Amino acid sequence: MNFELNEEQQLLADSLKRYLEKDYDFEARKKIIASATGCSDAVWSTFAEMGLLGLALSDAQGGFGGGAGDLHSVMDALGQALVVEPFLSTVTVAHLIDRAGSEAQKKSVLPAVIEGKCKLALATEEAQARYDLAQVSTSAKRDGAGWVLDGAKVAVVDAPSADHILVSARTSGKAGDADGISLFLVARGAAGMTLKTFRTQDNARAADLTLKGVKVGADALVGAEGKGLAALEEAVDFGTVLQCSEAVGVMQSACDATLEYLKTRKQFGVAIGSFQALQHRMVDMIVSTEQARSITYLAASKVDGGAADAAERKRFVSAAKVKISEAARHVGQEAVQMHGGMGITLEMKVAHSFKRLTMIGLTFGDADHHLERFAA
Amino acid sequence: MDLKYSAAERSFREEVRDFVRENLPADIRAKVVGYQGLSKDDYVRWHKILAAKGWAVPHWPTEWGGTGWNITERYIYDEEFGLAGAPLLPPFGPNMCAAVLHRFGTPAQKQRFLPRIREGDDFWVQGYSEPGAGSDLAALKTRADRKGDHYVVTGQKIWTTLGHYGDWIFCLVRTDPNNPKKQEGISFLLIDMKTPGITVRPLYLVDEGHEVNEVFFDDVKVPVENLVFEENKGWTVAKYLLGHERLNTGRIGGSKRELAKLKKMAAETMYRGRPMIEDQRFKDRLSRVEIELMALEVTNMRFLDEMRRTGNIGPEVSMLKIRGTEIQQALTELTMQVAGPRAQLFKPVDYDGFDSYGGSLASRYFNYRKTSIYAGSNEIQRNIMSKMALGL
Repeated sequence: MNFELNEEQQLLADSLKRYLEKDYDFEARKKIIASATGCSDAVWSTFAEMGLLGLALSDAQGGFGGGAGDLHSVMDALGQALVVEPFLSTVTVAHLIDRAGSEAQKKSVLPAVIEGKCKLALATEEAQARYDLAQVSTSAKRDGAGWVLDGAKVAVVDAPSADHILVSARTSGKAGDADGISLFLVARGAAGMTLKTFRTQDNARAADLTLKGVKVGADALVGAEGKGLAALEEAVDFGTVLQCSEAVGVMQSACDATLEYLKTRKQFGVAIGSFQALQHRMVDMIVSTEQARSITYLAASKVDGGAADAAERKRFVSAAKVKISEAARHVGQEAVQMHGGMGITLEMKVAHSFKRLTMIGLTFGDADHHLERFAA
Repeated sequence: MDLKYSAAERSFREEVRDFVRENLPADIRAKVVGYQGLSKDDYVRWHKILAAKGWAVPHWPTEWGGTGWNITERYIYDEEFGLAGAPLLPPFGPNMCAAVLHRFGTPAQKQRFLPRIREGDDFWVQGYSEPGAGSDLAALKTRADRKGDHYVVTGQKIWTTLGHYGDWIFCLVRTDPNNPKKQEGISFLLIDMKTPGITVRPLYLVDEGHEVNEVFFDDVKVPVENLVFEENKGWTVAKYLLGHERLNTGRIGGSKRELAKLKKMAAETMYRGRPMIEDQRFKDRLSRVEIELMALEVTNMRFLDEMRRTGNIGPEVSMLKIRGTEIQQALTELTMQVAGPRAQLFKPVDYDGFDSYGGSLASRYFNYRKTSIYAGSNEIQRNIMSKMALGL
């Protein structure tokens, strides 16, 4: 048992934190959000230079062969700074291609990802799906050697900045069937693909995607035809654990801000932190955050342990997501409440942390969804 | 004990319902049920419709235009408004400033201000909180120095709801900075917002909406006849007002409407191949809130009954604010939960036909965190109950 970071992990975490504190403070972030694309090329290049994008990709593709555990302190730092760049989406889809893609797909995508020249997004959600990865109505039909895709995907986070979008589509069966789901890597802007772009509640960019007779080659199919669900679930579980790590960072930042506020905000002639009614609630926020951190470590170890036992992986990832969703809700709500009116103004970072925590609770499955999967 | 409304009360309910159905402008209703903010014109238009019916200020003394309704009828009126998606008039003029004037105003002040409040001619806002005086309101620092026939006001107010619509603002100001007891030395002033030296600055909330403001006073001249009650006795006025306005904090009607809407949405949203409302976990969450609301409705009726019988209610009424806001917040949260991944929607960037209602669901959850903070935070409400009701 050893929860300490190794030297390399510690160095990377420290330099990332230093960089974000210097170049990604609240004001810098505000400018990025207000920009046309809603994300910064300069920040992305720095992530590439620091080696973050290849951290969890296999050595053969030029990565560092790490896993969710290695990415934990990276995601934690991104969470503390409320980074809006499409890191999670890119790393999650890259991980999927690394695990399930052909050699040609890996060669064409992964080195570019590592160099910061290719961003990716994951399009699984549909109007009637609501977290259920098997509820796929988007269809892919054979078209000569290739495929033609028709359907619609909703709330595809980071689609507007992505070079390629991984789309789940049905090649046989009906919505809800585990079999018959295939995965396609489609260039954003492919003929027949329309993006309707919006800003998310937590200031990422996302799009509703329409696919109308989108033709792709045989080489767009990732993994075996009709057998995409297992790879998709594994990738989403990987992404979910990364998001849990991010949430831990956001919670830490919300706790830090609240503790500072309790010590400095004076009412009735004393710091409000001298009131026992608030002291105990602050302690409960810390306990929630630490419990969330612990279960995230546990889930990361299961995800990195390989896919030998998918049922066990799902169970631990769901356990983490239940805990994270509930802790994120608790910490977010209490941080705001204890900041009083200031906590719900746009001028305070804690309001943005609250929004990010809330949205994390609603992506990749909410607490109820994962409770069901945990007990299944 | 009888939990049912009388025949007369039920027919009164019908009358209110019919009136609202026939007179509430569709565009205003659409904004309320679609969670969009109302413009000043929307409020004033609705106010004038109510004034024309004689229903803008039901709770006022009849000689000033009140309807003479009893407490139950007033509750029914509020509840029907909530159910119908009619906006409640902002309370600052018709409820708060008017309550102060009825109790403490001179005949001249009443004559000057009350009819215009009743008719919706002046839009009033409230200048209470300051950056250093929130829960600890008596710590306020905005100065009003007497110079002959006027005061000179300098300082800053914060959280001024709809301050950007305000024609007039009632303020607590410090007229005696040397008094060591901070509750003494405060006065209650009525200030015309067109007076030179007043600046209103928006304070954007978590949902990017503009409803509250900072108001700055820089050597603002206020005639002494705008002082209400005695100089340095403003805390008496403030306390009267704080105790006055907690009966409709339960917002039962609005919550009932939100609950019905939530059920409909859950019935139309598919999850795991069937309607969300059939999901047992979700159903339990929904049922718990519904049961809490059922209980709160009766708790509210019990306070109304006490008010009817004794003309007074105790500090326990704080529980209506605590539970009422918790229910409102829970309903926004469940609505967001049903939307699931679609709750990430916020604002269109390049999106024809963007679903602005969908985009408001999580915003509303964020925004409604204010309800447990404003009008005396729920912590302060618990302090009131523990100190004044329980003697702790």
